[in-house]
Amino acid sequence: MHPILDLRHRPAGALVGLALVAVALLVLPFVLTGIGTFWVRITNLAILFCLLALGLNIVVGFAGLLDLGYIAFYAVGAYVYALLASPHFDIHLPFWIILPIGAAVACLFGALLGAPTLKLRGDYLAIVTLGFGEIIRIFMNNLSQPVNITNGPQGISLIDPFRIGSFDFSKTQTIAGLTFTGPMKYYYLLLLVLIVVIAINLRLQDSRIGRAWEAIREDEVAARAMGINTRNMKLLAFAMGASFGGISGGMFSAIQGFISPESFILVESIMVLSMVVLGGMGNVWGVVIGAVLLSFVPEILRYTVEPAQKAIFGRMILDPEVIRMLLFGLALVLMMLFRPAGILPSALRKRELETRRNGR
Amino acid sequence: MASEGRPPGLRSPPFRGGRSRNPPRPRTNAAATHRGPRLPPTDPSRPLDIFLQQLVNGLTLGSVYAVVALGYTMVYGIIQLINFAHGEVVMIGALTAYSVIVALTGAQVPLPALAIVLVGAMVAIPVCMAVGYTLERTAYRPLRKAPRLAPLITAIGLSIILQNLAMIIWSRNPLSYPQIIQTVPYHLTGNPNGATITNVQIAILVTSVAMMGGLLALVYRTKLGIAMRATSQNPVVAGLMGVDINRVISLTFVIGAALGAVAGVMVGSYYGIAHYQMGFLLGLKAFSAAVLGGIGNLAGAMLGGLLLGVIEALGAGYVGDLTNLCQLSGWFDALAQRCASDPNVTLFGSNYQDVFAFLVLILVLVFRPSGLLGERVSDRA
Amino acid sequence: MTGHPTLLSAAGIGKRFGGVQALTGVDFTIRHGEIYGLIGPNGAGKTTLFNVLTGIYEPDDGSFTFDGQPLVGLKPHEVAARGIARTFQNIRLFANLSAVENVMVGRHVRTKAGVWGAIARDRRTRREEEGIERRAHELLEYVGVASRANDLAKNLPYGFQRRLEIARALATDPKLLALDEPAAGMNATETASLEALLHSIRRDGTTILLIEHDMKLVMGVCDRVLVLDYGKRIAEGPAAEVQKDPAVISAYLGGEVALNLKGA
Repeated sequence: MHPILDLRHRPAGALVGLALVAVALLVLPFVLTGIGTFWVRITNLAILFCLLALGLNIVVGFAGLLDLGYIAFYAVGAYVYALLASPHFDIHLPFWIILPIGAAVACLFGALLGAPTLKLRGDYLAIVTLGFGEIIRIFMNNLSQPVNITNGPQGISLIDPFRIGSFDFSKTQTIAGLTFTGPMKYYYLLLLVLIVVIAINLRLQDSRIGRAWEAIREDEVAARAMGINTRNMKLLAFAMGASFGGISGGMFSAIQGFISPESFILVESIMVLSMVVLGGMGNVWGVVIGAVLLSFVPEILRYTVEPAQKAIFGRMILDPEVIRMLLFGLALVLMMLFRPAGILPSALRKRELETRRNGR
Repeated sequence: MASEGRPPGLRSPPFRGGRSRNPPRPRTNAAATHRGPRLPPTDPSRPLDIFLQQLVNGLTLGSVYAVVALGYTMVYGIIQLINFAHGEVVMIGALTAYSVIVALTGAQVPLPALAIVLVGAMVAIPVCMAVGYTLERTAYRPLRKAPRLAPLITAIGLSIILQNLAMIIWSRNPLSYPQIIQTVPYHLTGNPNGATITNVQIAILVTSVAMMGGLLALVYRTKLGIAMRATSQNPVVAGLMGVDINRVISLTFVIGAALGAVAGVMVGSYYGIAHYQMGFLLGLKAFSAAVLGGIGNLAGAMLGGLLLGVIEALGAGYVGDLTNLCQLSGWFDALAQRCASDPNVTLFGSNYQDVFAFLVLILVLVFRPSGLLGERVSDRA
Repeated sequence: MTGHPTLLSAAGIGKRFGGVQALTGVDFTIRHGEIYGLIGPNGAGKTTLFNVLTGIYEPDDGSFTFDGQPLVGLKPHEVAARGIARTFQNIRLFANLSAVENVMVGRHVRTKAGVWGAIARDRRTRREEEGIERRAHELLEYVGVASRANDLAKNLPYGFQRRLEIARALATDPKLLALDEPAAGMNATETASLEALLHSIRRDGTTILLIEHDMKLVMGVCDRVLVLDYGKRIAEGPAAEVQKDPAVISAYLGGEVALNLKGA
């Protein structure tokens, strides 16, 4: 826990801090809607990327396995949802059935990829996962022939939103005098999922399993000599990361209502990786901060760089998209060169450990 | 984030000019996949001609892979680093040569076509060498003692930076190389519509072989080569013996980059297209080729490149026929009906061409991580 | 203690690397509760023997019997589960984990909590975690690293790192503790306290297999010693006797000196 949220030592201060954060998060969508519903959607996507980054953090941050094809699992989850809840096959299963299926299928893919490749040294694993991600994308693009499964590059549209009985997450509704738009409802759902996923990440890290992963990351030979079944543990990390990706993908499908192979290109994998690296591999809060920062960067650029260029040069010289990509690239390089532990100072993490230990 | 207006990203570049332009031919898939936009049509009626044509195309492409793969394998051999950004060096070579060729033809310089391409290459080579040197100096050298994943992550970052810089400098769109070299096909069989090899293909094959020969001579016949081999065996000891290992490593990057520049010019002239994203897939395939041959092994990179080119060409050429479900028409009535209207109900068409390189990569790493000629790469210590 | 008088016996262990015969027909037995030394000149095959024993390499010939059961084709983690823990010649700690976390990792093989336990944090998992942590702190105390329990392993002084590696190995509750040159790079004071530590580990019931170059330490702690040279066993027995063995002297000092000795 962050010192601010240290319930054990500063219960009063921590409770106040926690309450403030909670209120801010609850009020946020109303504030954002005031500026434009658009911003709520962006926030939702940012939370989705937090989920993805936290999933990848298990693989890259905890177990130290560089997965460059992580987006493939997101894609698998998204397609599972889209195929089982859209007019494409005219199947409309409820989301609480599909999401676990999506997680399971993604998990299966993770195990299928991991089982033969996890014995490879880290950099080879990275390239193989990259190849795997590309293969998945090529299949999504082409599995419209001879039987139309994925509808090829056109993608799948009219995907069902989340529904519980008559409660439809995509529709605007007034509850207790407050108007909730579709994106706002999704926001609260995503926030809930995010809190759960953060808790899972923190608990995993501080457990027998998490320590085994970190041991593998630090020195695989020594980990093995200490009795850790490295193959199984790596496979577990891979499969868990994959299922998180699968669940996020399903939610993405429902929220967007439309998916196509375009959404699952390598750049997305690299962006999620950048979030993990920027935040500090293995540092749960850092990864959340990294994901939020990088998710909002393009929007911030859109509102700063564009007008600035128009004002100075009279026209657009650099597309915000290009600047965004350049920033990702620079972030990866500079972080590795100067701050490999991420933006959150490592002293913080050390202190965090100490307070926890001394707290017993 | 996956909103409107994003650029196509690092996705498969248009490194397949021929396919997207030529509409699939109705009869066989083999002919439709024939690569390279400037090749004359092949008569699909003779299986031998189809096979020979795929083989020629595969060898041409494979020799380009081999030259790029040399860049990967040299760097890997000497410091066990996967220079992920090497593909981008090739891309920069192709685009630099493009600019030079366009400028020279635009200015009506009275030079023969071949000379213009050569001048393009001569400019591209030093540019790429400079890029290769900068990469090593700024991003890899400081991380030489860092955990293995760190330089790989910086390499990915550099790839993105180089691609976007190239996009800013050149264009977001694919650029057509001026078609200054007249393509001349030579027939390989008696069939006047049969398999051919063009002068461009011959030039690519010859250039590649010459460069491989030159590199082997450099590594095994010169003092620098001895220093390189010594450094790859044990950099510390090599340093103690008076080898300036920083210089040797820099030179390795620079030589690899020069090879990459030439490969870029060859790819550009062959497909007639250069694009800021062309390096990614090309680089990945060349890396697969290096792994197939045994990474760190020069002869392996050459063998792997040629093999991968041939596997890809033949695979893409025949996968459609091999997975044509109409072969099973006799077994299923529904299939027979469908095949009556459309004789090509293929499971996997030539659009799966890019999958082959990845499959080769994964299969080699899983079943023979040492590659065909190399040492073990799977984890030990 | 189980009923067997010997804890570990090796029969005809052989290992080749390409054309190099690293080990040839090595036999030895280690009894319960003893400190057994493994010495020999550099390149004699000591570490290779360790790696073959702990499952990092598979032997080409021969077999081990550990605690009455054959140790055949086991992976390193299975060997650790059977009760052999080791340290490494060039320290291999988990550099970015704290000292106490390093030791906690050692408890992995003796604990059970899985993913669901980790996420749910049920009563059993919590109790197990408490046990792991308590034991880890005890072991840090035992080897004398408790004062730096929360420091990252990479930030510890050299002598502490060596001791931490021993604590981590002890955390797996080994029947046999295999130490690969634990005194390498230590000064005389550090070596003396290491010697005391080895004695107390043995007193507390753990058998020790010790590779060491520091003869003073070997003579001080080892009950019996096995001498390897060029991958072959050239002597075995009580330390004092082995020390006088001409074959051992010749292996250490070189052939010529040995001839002179015989002539004299």
